Amino acid sequence: MSYITRKISKLGKKETYVHFLNTLRYALYVILHPADGYWDLIHAKRGSYSAANFIVIMTLLVHVWKLHFASFIVQPNVNWEEINVLMEFAKILLPLAIFCICNWGVTTLFDGKGHLGDIYMGTAYALTPYTLIQIPIIILSNVVTIEESAFYSVFNAISFVWIGMLIFMAIMMIHSYSFAKTLLFVIFTAFGMLVFIFIMLLFFSMISQGVAYFVSLGREVVFRLN
Amino acid sequence: MMKRKLLLIASLFTLCAGLFAKGDTYIYDYWGKMEKSPDAYRVSHVVYADDLKLEKGLKNPSSLFAKGNMLYVADTDNSRILQLEYTPQKTLELRRVIDHVNANGTGELETLNLPEDVFIGKDNSIYIADTKNGRVIRLDQDLNIIQVLKEPNDPTYEEGKDFLPTKVVADSKGRVYISARNINKGFMKYEYDGTFQGFFGANEVVYNWTDMIWKKLSTQAQKEKMVLFVPVEYSNCYIDKEGFIYAVTKTFEEWDLKSDSAKPIRRLNALGKDILVKNAVNLPIGDVEWGDAAGIKNPSKFTDITVLDDEVYITVDESRGRIFAYDNQGYLLFAFGGRGNVDGFFRQPSSIEHIEKDLFVLDSQNASITVFTPTDYGSLIYKATEQFACGEYDASAETWAKVLDYNGNYDLAYIGLGKSCLRQNKYKEAMDYFKTKRDRRDYSKAFKYYRKEWIEANIGWMVVVIIILVVVSFVRKIVKKIKWELDSL
Repeated sequence: MSYITRKISKLGKKETYVHFLNTLRYALYVILHPADGYWDLIHAKRGSYSAANFIVIMTLLVHVWKLHFASFIVQPNVNWEEINVLMEFAKILLPLAIFCICNWGVTTLFDGKGHLGDIYMGTAYALTPYTLIQIPIIILSNVVTIEESAFYSVFNAISFVWIGMLIFMAIMMIHSYSFAKTLLFVIFTAFGMLVFIFIMLLFFSMISQGVAYFVSLGREVVFRLN
Repeated sequence: MMKRKLLLIASLFTLCAGLFAKGDTYIYDYWGKMEKSPDAYRVSHVVYADDLKLEKGLKNPSSLFAKGNMLYVADTDNSRILQLEYTPQKTLELRRVIDHVNANGTGELETLNLPEDVFIGKDNSIYIADTKNGRVIRLDQDLNIIQVLKEPNDPTYEEGKDFLPTKVVADSKGRVYISARNINKGFMKYEYDGTFQGFFGANEVVYNWTDMIWKKLSTQAQKEKMVLFVPVEYSNCYIDKEGFIYAVTKTFEEWDLKSDSAKPIRRLNALGKDILVKNAVNLPIGDVEWGDAAGIKNPSKFTDITVLDDEVYITVDESRGRIFAYDNQGYLLFAFGGRGNVDGFFRQPSSIEHIEKDLFVLDSQNASITVFTPTDYGSLIYKATEQFACGEYDASAETWAKVLDYNGNYDLAYIGLGKSCLRQNKYKEAMDYFKTKRDRRDYSKAFKYYRKEWIEANIGWMVVVIIILVVVSFVRKIVKKIKWELDSL
């Protein structure tokens, strides 16, 4: 309780916002200078969770804005009427969460220096280029013809490649790994994510089977009693 | 009394329902979903052998051919060809039964043996694929044999199998294209003098990187065993008035359909290359959704194709007994029909033909010919496509608007309206029409003009704004400089 009241009381102070804006502005430095940017983000405490959350929320919003506002010239297979916004949020949040957990799980065993929170912050800061690039090209997509839509696809691709590189650098700096070791652990993390998803699916199907068993048992009992 | 009246009304309703029974005409929308549409064709009547006053019923008839107002039927298992006339009253009447041909010069009569196809050339000579006799014969009007095309004696032709020609077409120069059973290299092409010229329209060999790797890894002996071509056996063909051969095939893999490497419908040019135009989102492959109704889950397998004068091609599918009509851009105009015993449905459709806009479908198992005539809706669609093709854009827009009155879900009508708006320089309207039906290419075209128009109209104030911005920033800089200099004094 005291944690929440402390947080709320902080909201009234001006320093909270200054700190938030400073850490958010630091994201611009991180995406352009990933090596020392990420090092300072964790070790010099230049980042904050509030800024990380803000970037993730922006990514979610921009993703939905893209589906709605980008012209059908550049995304012919998106049917806005059939989009479930919560599903679209899950498409970003679930991989993000699974990546953070698996990466933490794998690296902890092999002397990674990062905590789970550090990994989350690093990955969230790596999503900055998505917001920065997608918003202009959503506007751009509405004033291009089909031949000029190549510009859109190039910038779209750049935003994803940039995110990929930033995540790589984040892992390298947060865990203070060498390049080769980072590469290895990226592969391990990907493998770990697959295992994680598999176990989750198994778990949920087992649970639903179990629930279904007890539900039918209960029904049977009710039926007999009547 | 009341009860009787009610019964009468009820029975009248059921009768009417039977008379005006709606078929299940449909099209596919942009997302590949089936959209019901009004009937484009209605069954005029179904013709059986006794309607033609024939003593012997049709038996496994396999092919139709129409020229002028004459309709020819290859009545295979009776070893005869029927010549029918399509009268102005829209009935079919028997004109001639061809079951004997005169051998050259001698006056000797020869019988046909299970003929599977008939074709009438430009010079009115009759080509018959005399399948079991292993030959294609060309006859004049009095049934004298002019030419016999036999099994070729050529190194590219693999001997040792029975030569069973099943389909035959000839172009205006008298070159003959034969499709034969068990031959999977395409059509066999014969010169006008009857010499075998080679195979035509075989599948192109496409290499991909997995093949390359396999080739690299395999030994010489294995390489020799690898197939050097992709087999294709055309199930039917039609030669249009420009001399292009429309061919349909059933030999393809299901998964190749959606990537357009199967090409079940082809339009072959003189080199045997497929030049069918495919501008629509849904490829011309018949049914886009296969489903699993009544245990049928395979894709459409076309048995025949016919091409109307305005390049609208109509195919018939044997897996679901459906008829598909596409325009020359590859848009599905309508699809209808099905498997069944009711009029307008088929048990095993084997051939389709047209005289003007009326369709004839031969059902080989039911031994019948179904005659379809276009409804108002179907005629409007044809009219609009024709008008657009010959440049009457205003008129075509009017017709498309009428089509929309019948069917508000008709994608092509919106696109047609958009195209005519585009030709009349109404770009914004055109863009709206194209956007509704997600026609990217045409939308882009309209948008390009619209954007140009917009910039030309608004360039004045845009330049003013830019100049003001530049001036303001310049002035601010100077002001700052002066301020700084004043401060540092």
